[in-house]
Amino acid sequence: MMKTWQAGKRLLPMTAALGLLLAGCGREDLSVLRPQGPVAESSYGLMKLSITIMIVVLLIVFSIAAYVWIRFRRKKDQNEIPEQVEGSFKLEVLWTVIPLILVIVLAIPTVKVVFAAGNDHSDDKDAIKVKVTGHQYWWEFEYTDYGITTAQDLIIPTGKHIAFELSTKDVLHSFWVPSLAGKMDTNPDGTVNRFSFSAPNEGVYRGKCAELCGPSHGFMEFKVKSVSGEAFDKWVASMKAPESVMPEDPVLAEKFKSQCLSCHAIGSMPASPVAPSLTGIGSRESVAGILLNDDTREDGAPVLENLKTWLHDPQSVKPGNKMPNPKDKGLSDEEIDGIAEFLAGYTLD
Amino acid sequence: MDWITTVDHKKIAILYLWAGGLFFGIGGLEAILIRIQLIKPMNTFLDAQTFNELITMHGTTMIFLGVMPVIFALMNAVIPLQIGARDVAFPFLNSLGFWTFLFGGLLLNLSWVMGGAPDAGWTAYTPLSGKGYSATHGVDFYTIGLQIAGLGTLIGGINFLATIITMRAPGMSFMRMPMFAWATFITSAIILFAFPAVTVGLVLLTFDRILDANFFNVAGGGNPVLWQHIFWIFGHPEVYILILPAFGIISEVIPTFSRKRLFGYSSMVFATILIAFLGFMVWAHHMFTTGLGPVANALFSVSTMLIAVPTGIKIFNWLFTMWGGQVRFTTPNLFAAGFIPTFTMGGVTGVMLASAPADFQFHDTYFVVAHFHYVIVGGLVLGLFAGLHYWWPKMFGRMLSETLGKWTFWTFIIGFHLTFFVQHFLGLMGMQRRVFTYLPNQQFDTLNLVSTVGAFLMGVGMIIFLVNVFLTSRRPADAPEDPWEDGRTLEWTIPSPPPEYNFKQTPLVRGLDAFWKEKMAGHKGMTPAEPVGPIHMPSATILPFLMSVGIFIAGLGFMFSRDEFSSSIMSFLFNNYIVTALGLLITFGSMLMRSLFDDHGWHIEPEELEGR
Repeated sequence: MMKTWQAGKRLLPMTAALGLLLAGCGREDLSVLRPQGPVAESSYGLMKLSITIMIVVLLIVFSIAAYVWIRFRRKKDQNEIPEQVEGSFKLEVLWTVIPLILVIVLAIPTVKVVFAAGNDHSDDKDAIKVKVTGHQYWWEFEYTDYGITTAQDLIIPTGKHIAFELSTKDVLHSFWVPSLAGKMDTNPDGTVNRFSFSAPNEGVYRGKCAELCGPSHGFMEFKVKSVSGEAFDKWVASMKAPESVMPEDPVLAEKFKSQCLSCHAIGSMPASPVAPSLTGIGSRESVAGILLNDDTREDGAPVLENLKTWLHDPQSVKPGNKMPNPKDKGLSDEEIDGIAEFLAGYTLD
Repeated sequence: MDWITTVDHKKIAILYLWAGGLFFGIGGLEAILIRIQLIKPMNTFLDAQTFNELITMHGTTMIFLGVMPVIFALMNAVIPLQIGARDVAFPFLNSLGFWTFLFGGLLLNLSWVMGGAPDAGWTAYTPLSGKGYSATHGVDFYTIGLQIAGLGTLIGGINFLATIITMRAPGMSFMRMPMFAWATFITSAIILFAFPAVTVGLVLLTFDRILDANFFNVAGGGNPVLWQHIFWIFGHPEVYILILPAFGIISEVIPTFSRKRLFGYSSMVFATILIAFLGFMVWAHHMFTTGLGPVANALFSVSTMLIAVPTGIKIFNWLFTMWGGQVRFTTPNLFAAGFIPTFTMGGVTGVMLASAPADFQFHDTYFVVAHFHYVIVGGLVLGLFAGLHYWWPKMFGRMLSETLGKWTFWTFIIGFHLTFFVQHFLGLMGMQRRVFTYLPNQQFDTLNLVSTVGAFLMGVGMIIFLVNVFLTSRRPADAPEDPWEDGRTLEWTIPSPPPEYNFKQTPLVRGLDAFWKEKMAGHKGMTPAEPVGPIHMPSATILPFLMSVGIFIAGLGFMFSRDEFSSSIMSFLFNNYIVTALGLLITFGSMLMRSLFDDHGWHIEPEELEGR
């Protein structure tokens, strides 16, 4: 035990240097190398330790290799027969024992963190419980304690443990927010996975699906929005008591009701198992998870424009998704634009 | 015709090489298409479905139909020679193994032209690979094609086990066996234990898809996670089926071009056995994020890390083989030299992946893609290149051009590192694997571009190799018996290419590196262990070919047994399993022929042997 500790101590300065170097890699809201919460932080710690050990190993191997290639390169008219060495018991034991020690150095913290990660906070009264359901190709978030369900944007209060219960309605997906925590698969009903993470700082983090789940696997993104406790409570309240909103134009309202609400839920309607809830869609971070509602960025656009893009041809945005083309449902271009305008204006305060 | 009926291990080796080369080319083309699609964000070069078919087929083709046959080619070409045997234990089975592999591979690739390639990833995770989510026949081609091809691998593995156990030359104890023979022996043992698992898995998945069984269907009481266990209980040992032969090759090439015996031979043997054993104990490290719980994750973490120990032994033994030697950088040794650091890099990322909580971040990202390409391409493919350049003169009697060989090496290895090194960072920066495109502004753009450029460079390296092969084949076959001058093992004691019977007289082995030992004792060749006598040879036969054709037809028939065809005759033939029965009839008929008509083979008489 003493030995591992000492070895760990020696690796510490290098770990720190590496940490600084790697921290420059990637976006803060996305990169594994810039962890924004304790769970991702603990994975990152193990990564730094293992990378340090591995770089040391590589340096040793590379330098021995370079040395023998240069030093023992056959020279012109060198013809004597080198001594045929059997091996060396001492040396061979040496490179059995050293890797063994390095493995132990890595294995001990690994096992510790494995069991820490097994703590899922599902019995924690203070934790926010969220049931995550994967669908081809969107994410559903049900807050079991509050009786509300939303999609694509996971709103969480800062600092609180979020206890997840993961499953899927169709194929395997994998729930991943790189800067907050590692991923966890969503298995079909029967084998529910649990884990938890927390986000100490306010911010919007990018989440992804990490398990091949069909054509639009790469587009199955979502956002985790970490907000202050008050803002979270306000959001919950507005989700719980949604006004029964409908498009003002009665013809459009009728179309919306008959065509859209046959799959989607809105306001106080019970959550639909086949399509994302539309409650407050106008204030979400994105449309369909990938069209960013942020016109200050070059890859973003106003929410209205994104909704129009999506509604005019859902298949071209997310190939293979289950949403029928509104045109095939008998909606005219004007009606589609009207619904887009209505949805864009449908925000929660 | 000669090629279709041959049972000679050297010709079968060449068949394996061409077939493997063909599929390797297809897999490489698929890789290039994948990389073109990923060259920039939101690229529309391929659509999502095609992309998923390409990644599935790229992985499946490369592993089962690309590198495995080339490994088998080298094993077939070299093993009987290295252990002083005249052929493998079962020449008929050897031929059968090749043809089932080829027809399985053809069946799988037919999917491209017969309405949809498999699209559920090479791991074919259920339920995505189930009928409900993969509606084309793609996954059927996968299950049945791989089943047939796997049959060939299993046959080949058993054959090598029997050959190495029973047919070593007098005096060659196990501890005097060349490392490549050891690697083949252990690899074959892994095949024997691992392939039945995938065989069962593929049968279950076939039943789920074609006969509406419920092994992996939750609604019917099945369990999709079961597929993951079955697949990886095969899939992880498969990694060692691939890499151990490369270890064997490197252990042959480095001593030859250092003029030194392998450092720590017995620890090398021990390490190989240990790797094989541990290889079976670690399958669930592919499933850390499946939710197996902390106890399983901890156990599989630690057992996986342990593999680093025997692997480390090997790396250092290779380095110390060169220490104090006279290292010559011929093309084979250049590849072996490139192998050591490259494979080590793949190995260390493997240890990083073994740490389960860190793997929660690595898993299913480009970090993993980078890792296994470092192992499989940077380890195995570099190893195979070393082996091909090394044994080419023995197989074909012609030396490959050294100049072109060095060009192949440098373009390939630079292209390789360019392609895959940056992928480590892509993964850590949040790019998941198997995505057909990615959104802009995630800082993925430049690295993906670099990766694609690297892939093209690797392609150039491959083309140079093909040019080398083509030019070489037009030169006269004049390679000497021991073209590298420092050959240490028995294959270098006989002509290049070897005569049909390999050894006129079985050699007497007096130690490790038998030929080197004789050379050092001042002898020109091996001391024979027997007088010149008639040599028994097996007869050529077309039955293995026919059997495989039969299985191929039966497979197609079974796959389409539920389809509606536009012509009623076709529907009748397929829906009543008539095509399936016909195929099986051909196979079982051929087996019956084989059983009923005894073929005692023929002899090469001593006069003829002396006449040469």
